[in-house]
Amino acid sequence: MSDHAADDTVPEVDESRRKFLIAATAGTGAVGAVLTAVPFVASWNPSESARAAGLPTEVDLSRIEPGQMITSFWRKQQIYVVRRTPEMLTSLPNHDGELKDPESKDSEQPGYTKNAQRSLRSDVLVLIGTCTHLGCLPKTRFTPNDATVMANWPGGFFCPCHGSKFDLAGRVFKGSPASLNLKIPPYSFPSENKLVIGVDPDAKGNA
Amino acid sequence: MSAVIESKGGFRAWLNKRLPVDQFVADQLTGYYAPKNFNVWYFFGSLALLVFVMQIVTGIFVTMHFKPGEATAWDSVQKMVREVPYMGIIQPMHAVGASFFFIVVYLHMARAFLYGSYKAPRELLWVIGMLIYLALMAEAFMGYVLPNGNMSYWGAQVIINLFGTIPGIGPGLVEWIRGDYGIGDATLNRFFSLHVVALPFIIALLVGLHLVALRQVGSNNPDGIEIKEKLGKDGKPLDGIPFHPYYTLKDIVGVGLFLTLFAIVLFFIPTFFGYFMEAPNFEPANPVSTPEHIAPVWYFTPYYAILRAVPDQKMGALLMALSVAAFLFVPWLDRAKNKSIRYRGLASKLLLGMFFITFLVLMWLGLKPAEGLYVMLARIFTALYFAFFVLLPFVSKADGNGPVPERVTYHAH
Repeated sequence: MSDHAADDTVPEVDESRRKFLIAATAGTGAVGAVLTAVPFVASWNPSESARAAGLPTEVDLSRIEPGQMITSFWRKQQIYVVRRTPEMLTSLPNHDGELKDPESKDSEQPGYTKNAQRSLRSDVLVLIGTCTHLGCLPKTRFTPNDATVMANWPGGFFCPCHGSKFDLAGRVFKGSPASLNLKIPPYSFPSENKLVIGVDPDAKGNA
Repeated sequence: MSAVIESKGGFRAWLNKRLPVDQFVADQLTGYYAPKNFNVWYFFGSLALLVFVMQIVTGIFVTMHFKPGEATAWDSVQKMVREVPYMGIIQPMHAVGASFFFIVVYLHMARAFLYGSYKAPRELLWVIGMLIYLALMAEAFMGYVLPNGNMSYWGAQVIINLFGTIPGIGPGLVEWIRGDYGIGDATLNRFFSLHVVALPFIIALLVGLHLVALRQVGSNNPDGIEIKEKLGKDGKPLDGIPFHPYYTLKDIVGVGLFLTLFAIVLFFIPTFFGYFMEAPNFEPANPVSTPEHIAPVWYFTPYYAILRAVPDQKMGALLMALSVAAFLFVPWLDRAKNKSIRYRGLASKLLLGMFFITFLVLMWLGLKPAEGLYVMLARIFTALYFAFFVLLPFVSKADGNGPVPERVTYHAH
């Protein structure tokens, strides 16, 4: 600065004002750049048509015999619908000690299915059929004591990709790479034999 | 920089006044001095550049016939391979090229480990190289998804769901990456855009930076001693020779050998026994049929083996990310005074040998189903993998300080 002071054609520079202007300009530019990124980042979200294709799916329960399973689709995911027999239900609490999350504390499910049977109606089990490990499709292994799955197998699901095992409430067994129970989608029963996947039961308590 | 080029008049002078062509050649090629003791390990840098150019050229031609998207991708690949003249060679050239890219890059990285090429002053050169490796992994993954074969689909399912394990933002992030509730048109089209436009640009930029950083610090060599410290009267390194013509000629030999191997694989064993192209990918994507066992292509399997070795999903994904990220810290983990393995003790040699073997064993385990003995072995070798990075600071500090020669080891041919 002292060099310039000798030259009286150059006015004294207000350093603090200059610093403020530099910071303000750079800051405004940075905010602008971030805001401009918003539409580009947001454009990656599911489109309106993808959202529309995610509308609820209906399943006719009269088609399923007790002890059988059918699969349905909702939001590009396979949905498993199992009609559980009384024997299947009574066997459920017997292996709680072998499960990672027997009470589904850490797992994802709607509040109304966070119970011992993991279901709204005990005979109907509704699961998202993608392994919570890395998204493969677990296969049905409903026959109890199937030694090819494991000793004392109570019946359930077995993922062929990385060997995760789930019981007939979609709860994961210890020793599986998956850490969480199979997810449950929102669902409700508008009538005795009709299941709607993607709609919660209404507030009045009508299932 | 080297001598300023004098104008000689005529077109060349006219050109050089406007575009410094001669100056560039003098700085980067004829005036760039590289150590004279390079060995066969030093082929892989220029070969990586060659494969990159090959992938760009074949990629341009594949793009001319490829139709991204759920309904069209599979059929367009079948059609180009079966019906378009010579695309039956050009498309597999692109697919086989991906595997060769990783072969060359892994050998290039192994060279850096052998001769300490990541050590000061080349830390940033290494870090930029690792960024290229990361970008290349993303590029290869997306390229594998594009044809929408069944392994494309399920591989993408597994890899994208890895992001779902990030606490808090995971599930939303997965939906954002896919642009749908499952892998669909939106996913395939954005992967196409990234694979064909964004990532090649990024890789080209990083390769450029890699070369600029290399010119700045100069090449390391098998003895790991700095040739810039022993200059002749002319100011040139005594142990250095101009990159052109000496190493350009040497690299031509490497290119010839490489292309011979490449052609043998391309023409006679393009699937390379199911390792370069996997059998389930010869059928179209099927969201209701998981292949018997999902394995990524061989170049990802070391990390995949680590992922599957851990019986907890979040920990598995975290260890997998860590196993890749660990490479970034190697320049600072290695605390030896000497760079080259030639002037380090037995412990360093054993440690590095163990790491190379571990990487190869994990690569093999990642191709095997996750059951019984394989899981046990994967756990053991995952432990050994990380043991390398943990032990490196101590071992390198203890036995990497012996005497080094004044000048590079060199036998005239």
